[in-house]
Amino acid sequence: MSNRPVNHARAAEKFLEDAPHLQFHDERLWDMRQKRDDQMHMLPEWQELRTEASRIKEHTLARLPEYLERFEENAKKNGIHVHWARDGAEHNRIVGEILQAHNARSLIKSKSMVTEECDMRPYLEKRGVTVTETDLGERIQQLDDQLPSHIVVPAVHKLTSDVARIFAKDYKTDPDIRDPHLLAEAQRQAARPVILHADAGMTGGNFVVAETGTFVVCTNEGNADLSATVPNLHIATIGIERLVPRMADLGVFIRLLSRSALGSPITQYTTHFRGPQKGGEMHVVFVDNGRSARLGMEDFWTSLKCIRCGACMNTCPVYRRSGGLSYGAVYSGPIGAIIDPTFNERKYSTLPYASTLNGSCTNVCPVKINIHEQLYKWRRVLVQHHEMPFVKREIMHMAGKLMGQPKLYRAAISATETALGTLPRFALYNWLNPWGKHRENPHPVKQTFHAWYKANRTDKASKTEDSR
Amino acid sequence: MKIGLFIPCYIDAFYPQAGIATLELLEKLGQDVEYPLDQTCCGQPMGNSGCNSDAAAAEALFVRNFARFDKIVMPSGSCTHHVRDNFDAIPQTDEVRHVRENTYELVEFLHDILKVEEFPWAEFNHTVGLHNSCGTLRSLRTASMSELGEKPFSKPMDLLTKVKGIRFATPKRPDECCGFGGTFSVTEEAVSARMGVDKVRDHYQAGAEYIVSADSSCVMHQQGCAERAGIPIRFIHIAQILNGARS
Repeated sequence: MSNRPVNHARAAEKFLEDAPHLQFHDERLWDMRQKRDDQMHMLPEWQELRTEASRIKEHTLARLPEYLERFEENAKKNGIHVHWARDGAEHNRIVGEILQAHNARSLIKSKSMVTEECDMRPYLEKRGVTVTETDLGERIQQLDDQLPSHIVVPAVHKLTSDVARIFAKDYKTDPDIRDPHLLAEAQRQAARPVILHADAGMTGGNFVVAETGTFVVCTNEGNADLSATVPNLHIATIGIERLVPRMADLGVFIRLLSRSALGSPITQYTTHFRGPQKGGEMHVVFVDNGRSARLGMEDFWTSLKCIRCGACMNTCPVYRRSGGLSYGAVYSGPIGAIIDPTFNERKYSTLPYASTLNGSCTNVCPVKINIHEQLYKWRRVLVQHHEMPFVKREIMHMAGKLMGQPKLYRAAISATETALGTLPRFALYNWLNPWGKHRENPHPVKQTFHAWYKANRTDKASKTEDSR
Repeated sequence: MKIGLFIPCYIDAFYPQAGIATLELLEKLGQDVEYPLDQTCCGQPMGNSGCNSDAAAAEALFVRNFARFDKIVMPSGSCTHHVRDNFDAIPQTDEVRHVRENTYELVEFLHDILKVEEFPWAEFNHTVGLHNSCGTLRSLRTASMSELGEKPFSKPMDLLTKVKGIRFATPKRPDECCGFGGTFSVTEEAVSARMGVDKVRDHYQAGAEYIVSADSSCVMHQQGCAERAGIPIRFIHIAQILNGARS
């Protein structure tokens, strides 16, 4: 994997050049945010639910090993096999071995961000296993060989025409179809035979209940239920942070999840998996992949509360105008920007800067992750770890020095009183140049406030000068 | 009560009239205000960039300038947010704590401390769209936030509605960020400018002749975007309207 920092700004600039895609993307996600608001207004206890969800998650994370072991114990009683994967490679190996033991050559799966994290598809495909995504958006992304651009609506950056083009190539449908229903039907026709003949099915898991040894999968297309139940072998790949202690805790999360994500009261399917079906096998593969380390990070461990609803993406004005792919990472948007650096600090060092720190993400987060504060804190960490580009670092260093010396600062201001002047010019002009690319510069003024005050409040000004 | 006036660097250099209006307004309200001449910056640009140690000199100077005042007032939400919430590049002495606890953004100060009931001199016969900067909105909480579904309130609106003749236009996305974001405006200039032009257009389409804000940094950015896109909308700091500016 390349360590070169993701150039979010450049990718975003490219995204912005395509007006129809930009407009659709911004409006579609804003609409989801609006629908989320509508749902919130219908529940007077919304803020209490958020507080409770946050509390349950923090409690669980603080006792994660205990609850994981309790789940394992109870799941085994339910006839579920439980596996532990330290990282993506171990996860892929475990899944590969389970499939091999069943001589499974075809795997159908529902959406799972963890399998993206583990880069599982190429691993299995190299070993002769055909992997088919059954979620519509995820399938579109698979056929187009792209990462999901959003954790809930993975192909939201695409227009109907893009999907028609992709399906025409793979499903031999008419590339000029513009009716989404026809496209969805094409996917259904293509997917059903694959589903019916698959050797194994894979799902993720939205919530894992320790006291019952069961887990819950929430989807809207029913594809997870098909993936889990049509084949006799069901493998669920789940991040270790997905635990809740009790079945009674679930209500809080189920009420928040889809309302936050899509602005619908609940997902079409909320399926509790309690054990293998008759004659079948069920495996849960728990994936750590950096989560334990994150749990130990004082400022960032609460990012593990995330229930992957995508509300922070929908509300993020930067995300809506740059597209998920511009983040160059499995997780995009605000939540991505605070967890991606835990996977690779250098590569994702630019992402905490892809934010205005406006804080809307924090406000919509159903589990109250202080996302924008973590973005701020990540910037400090990245600078301490020397992950800021040299020029910017130097400019901040010089600016900081200048701001501590009023006389020099004043000289710099007055020397450039009619220009853009608070920083030494050579630095300023190289670095501040982009300001004017899509914007006019501020207008020059005849007199700074400082000069005006000295001229118009002579008594007070001289008093201050005397006291210096 | 002795008030120290802090005028942020970009207001000093580009929007002095906002600074002048702030001073005159406080004086009209009978306040004893002084502007320490040795001031520069609150340290926010360095702090927001993650270069916190580089904010130390600015923060130390800020405290030297303002520790002797009872209250520190500034016509800027984001600078107030920095001083109040992130001003930790220097050791937290009693003096530093005093400064941090007694720093107010102008609207807050007028609304919460002075509890101003009227601005008899103010009249503004125009339709305005209010831009709440994210600093004032989500950090200082001078208005209710759409994401929380809380009971609507707005300190800047409470003040502006006391101005004769003023009319309001409400944009479709009233508390969407305008994209300034400090150094973000340069490092992510394409997204920043797009957010800016979207914001300005939203106000314009709602019928605003002016965008009024308590933050000139957002305004500097929005004005640049509006001028480039040819959107005929004007900008004014809330202090100017409250101080009696007619246009």
